[in-house]
Amino acid sequence: MNSSNKIFEKEIVVKSTTDNLSVLRSFTRSAAEESGFSDETVGKIILAVDEACTNIIKHAYKYSPDGEIKLSIKSEDNKFIIAITDEGNHFDPNKIPEPNLSEYYKQRRIGGLGMFLIRKLMDDVKYSTLTGNKNQVVLVKYLPH
Amino acid sequence: MADFNVNLRGVGPVSVIDVKGYLDAHTAPELENVFNKLLDDQQFKVVVNFNDLKYISSAGLGVFMAYVETMRENLGDIKFSNMKENVFNIFDLLGFPILYEFYKDENEAVGKFNDLDKS
Repeated sequence: MNSSNKIFEKEIVVKSTTDNLSVLRSFTRSAAEESGFSDETVGKIILAVDEACTNIIKHAYKYSPDGEIKLSIKSEDNKFIIAITDEGNHFDPNKIPEPNLSEYYKQRRIGGLGMFLIRKLMDDVKYSTLTGNKNQVVLVKYLPH
Repeated sequence: MADFNVNLRGVGPVSVIDVKGYLDAHTAPELENVFNKLLDDQQFKVVVNFNDLKYISSAGLGVFMAYVETMRENLGDIKFSNMKENVFNIFDLLGFPILYEFYKDENEAVGKFNDLDKS
């Protein structure tokens, strides 16, 4: 598989609206397929990007449609790196506990599942604050050998 | 634009919701509208047929979380049928099989409600 792994970098910027989630998924799909991941792994990467961007729209921009989401994808020889940047409110993902589904069921809570899924779907997840009040989440998936 | 369709039909006393396409944070409100209509109509026995659903994110899963207990409190339930493997895997990652019933076939899911009514 290694011989088919391609090195490239691409980027897309969209407004913070939920109808752009399908645009972000298509962009991620074509990049992940180009890198040589299996269909199953491509599906996981797409879902992780969707969940991260949904969190940004919901928590960082609080559904305001005027914000921007920048999705940058870099494919190196052994890893696929996705950086998602926004300029919305900072939210601390570490303060969100891992969900206990039984408790969710009792309390009828419906949020917080996305963050948990992202950690399950990707190999590495890192949140940071950049200069200029930007927030960034970097998602990494290692390429098949 | 995400491609999503939801259709509601009655099979005897059971309401069957057919979901088609991509269920994400953009399209989940359409599914919520259908559940709100069921509550307005006092319909609590629900089967969701996933045969044509290609994709689900946690926003879609959250809709089922939000309504299941109300259905159960009223002697109903939300049961799932005809789910493709890639969609089931997401439910499985979040532990849904402990809390929900999954059936291969819609008739089997509908039949479970009818069995309960007979007993």
